[in-house]
Amino acid sequence: MTSSEKSSLLLIPDRPVGFIGYGAYVPRYRLPGSAVARVWRFSEGGSPVKEKAVAGLDEDVITMSIEAARNALARAGIAASELRAVWIGSESHPYAVKPSGTVVAEALGATTSVSTGDWQFACKAGTEAIVAAMGLVGSGMGKYALAIGMDTAQGRPGDQLEYTAGSGGAAYIVGPADEALAVIEAAYSFVTDTPDFWRRQEQKYPEHGQRFTGDPAYFKHIHSAAETLLKETGTSASDYRFAVFHQPNPKFPQRAASLLGFNDEQIKDGLLVPVIGNTYAGAALIGLSAVLDIAQPGDRILVTSFGSGAGSDAFALRVTEAILERRGKAPSTAAYIARRTEIDYGTYVRFRGKLAMK
Amino acid sequence: MEIPRHWRIKSQRYGLVGEVCPHCEIKIFPPRDVCPNCGGEAKEEYIFSGRGEVYSFTSLYDGPAGFEETTPYTVALIKLEEGPVVTAQLTDLGDASVEIGMPVEMVTRRIRSDGDERGMLIYGYKFRPLGLGPR
Amino acid sequence: MTEVVIAGIGQVPVGEHWDISMRSLAARAILAARKDANGLKPQALYVGNFLGPMVSHQSNLGTLLAQNAGLEGVEAFTIEAAGASGAGAFRMGYLAVSSGYVDTALVVGVEKYTDMIGPGLEHYIGMGMDYDYELMQGITTASQAALLMQRYLYESKAPREAFAEFSLSAHANGAHNPYAMYRKAIKLETYERAEIVSSPLNMFDIAPYADGAAAVILTRSELVRPSELEKMVRVTGSSVVIDRLSLHDRPDPLAFEAAGLSVEQACRQAGILPKDVDFFELSDAYSIFAVLSLEAAGFAKRGEAWKLAQSGAFRLKGELPISTMGGLKARGNPLAATGVYQVVEAVQQLRGQSGANQVAGARRALVQSLGGPASTAITHVLERCT
Repeated sequence: MTSSEKSSLLLIPDRPVGFIGYGAYVPRYRLPGSAVARVWRFSEGGSPVKEKAVAGLDEDVITMSIEAARNALARAGIAASELRAVWIGSESHPYAVKPSGTVVAEALGATTSVSTGDWQFACKAGTEAIVAAMGLVGSGMGKYALAIGMDTAQGRPGDQLEYTAGSGGAAYIVGPADEALAVIEAAYSFVTDTPDFWRRQEQKYPEHGQRFTGDPAYFKHIHSAAETLLKETGTSASDYRFAVFHQPNPKFPQRAASLLGFNDEQIKDGLLVPVIGNTYAGAALIGLSAVLDIAQPGDRILVTSFGSGAGSDAFALRVTEAILERRGKAPSTAAYIARRTEIDYGTYVRFRGKLAMK
Repeated sequence: MEIPRHWRIKSQRYGLVGEVCPHCEIKIFPPRDVCPNCGGEAKEEYIFSGRGEVYSFTSLYDGPAGFEETTPYTVALIKLEEGPVVTAQLTDLGDASVEIGMPVEMVTRRIRSDGDERGMLIYGYKFRPLGLGPR
Repeated sequence: MTEVVIAGIGQVPVGEHWDISMRSLAARAILAARKDANGLKPQALYVGNFLGPMVSHQSNLGTLLAQNAGLEGVEAFTIEAAGASGAGAFRMGYLAVSSGYVDTALVVGVEKYTDMIGPGLEHYIGMGMDYDYELMQGITTASQAALLMQRYLYESKAPREAFAEFSLSAHANGAHNPYAMYRKAIKLETYERAEIVSSPLNMFDIAPYADGAAAVILTRSELVRPSELEKMVRVTGSSVVIDRLSLHDRPDPLAFEAAGLSVEQACRQAGILPKDVDFFELSDAYSIFAVLSLEAAGFAKRGEAWKLAQSGAFRLKGELPISTMGGLKARGNPLAATGVYQVVEAVQQLRGQSGANQVAGARRALVQSLGGPASTAITHVLERCT
């Protein structure tokens, strides 16, 4: 279809695009919810998650992005020098000023003819980079673009976020649809100015609006984005084998799914928050990587992120035959999750730089 | 601040980029000006696979300046599958006990800061036990 | 060829001299050596120093130390080869005198370790390694030795506790050296209980860094009165051999090739075989270095020096006494000064001035100093003049 025939709301590039490679990363350390509960007793009682993934002392968004991107390149089967963009969405970039993307691009061998930048939109910074990559590839400006959602999520000691704020994410290479392992049939972005969660310049930990983060923020945006995408693409929940939603805790995505007509079967494979926590900008994208690890050609997947501030990006994907031959070329999301060393709260405090050294 | 010297060798550090001698075809890491095998000039880039095995190892409890925050850690001599041996830290060991001959793979990690917390971050190769599946 | 003799020796006690500056340490050793040489006037001062520019923020030591010791009209400069700096300065003195360009040379090895405190010191000492590819990986000189020891245990199947003997023997000898940092023998239990510094290396496998200064005066034998020559010591072999700087670049790190080759060359020049020496002042900066040096020199088969050690072969009354005045382990390791201390101690033995530690009838010494894990190996053969 030509641009004039397209819906004015959906994001569909002139040239069809899709994911030609993807790669997950989860660090190996796990902090059980019980370890947090032992130190901080919240009124609600127990932990919403079994445990969360914690980055090691030598890890950050840059190192984790490098590994996820190497996995994505291995699956895509292209040279890093073919990438025309390396974009990283995160709310924990190691530098306040200086791109994470330059280190990642250099490490991959993607420099020098490459657009690089860091994206910030709370937990949807990664999907925001994907939307931009769709534009770059779909316009013909470049053949391949790498978009990453990765975080070493912050939570203030004593805050409820301490249970869930985890580390991990995934990398996606957007390319022409005819090379894709999953075609992006359409995307849709829904945004309003809703301050439900933020972190001011030079503050170490984020603030959040507690119950305000629910209905007016998470649910409103996820629902509006997904509902519009379904309506505009003429599909309904039953057309999709899988659905992945941003997952700050297990309850929110389950309720969002149910309101949109999805059942537990459709969301269970992409719901990783109980075992790795909320990986912020990585959360929806690593949920998707777990789904791609098991999806079959022809399967349709709905992905909807949520970023505080606030907005949601929704994507309608269709898996192709290429998935069968490519997914075995890099470690699966499950392999990363299975790699596990449990740590105690003291070690966690040290790993996450919450121990005052000066 | 030592920006230039770290910047200069960034690709070697980030991605284990060494050389292959154009004369005798031996693989070289770290890169050098003259081939240690044949004495010819060595200049052609070669990207190592990152796979190798532990030749020897030690766990340090008293690190040098700049490594205080990550001490203790384990350093090893890694024999790369292409031949050269490199000195590098082992990471993500979990409860695994390190042994000579243990297969490992390269990962890019944070090495240390250049100076204090205001300095640039230095990234480079470390090795972890092989076993996640395909890379 | 001109015969080079050691006409005077001087040393200060090794230790933590918080109250003495580098220049004063050097001056004390220089004055002692000049006194010992009956006021023989040197035309050159060769300084062995490693840490000065980093720890004391002081370069151009030749000029500074000459001026402070009241040496006028001399040429002077520093020789640096990490832990072998002092031996390098001694070699320089030997070359200068034997070439005939200099009649009398003064050599001083000085290290002022305690001008600074903290982990920065470990970093500076590590600068003898490859900064980009070793030090930047978080390795220290102790962990480098630990890598060798781990590999040695694997290849030789030696029991871990076999290394205790080197520490015990050094401390037993150090007990009778008035210049030693530690003058007390240690028990096996002390060794076995010692804290692990870099596995499998423990605190007692490591020679302690310290301040120190030692000096010798070299001259040509024909410039000395025959009556004075009697108590002097000749330098009959001198050799410097280097290896690849980093362990990772060596085909066989346990071979300590430079150490072996350097012994071979020095002995060939002296017209002897290594077995002809009466004792061996080696570089036991780490117990594993002693083991590998002994094997490289041919005093033990590869992988077996630890076995010989258990029989007491390297004790004062053994077949080949080593570290006779306590070695680096008990005397202390003032890095660049160490090589000159080793020469001073060998001269004491050859003059018969070693008191309780005297090696009976010592006529010929092998003295070896290492920079790094035998990255630089400097070996001398010293012999009694009469």
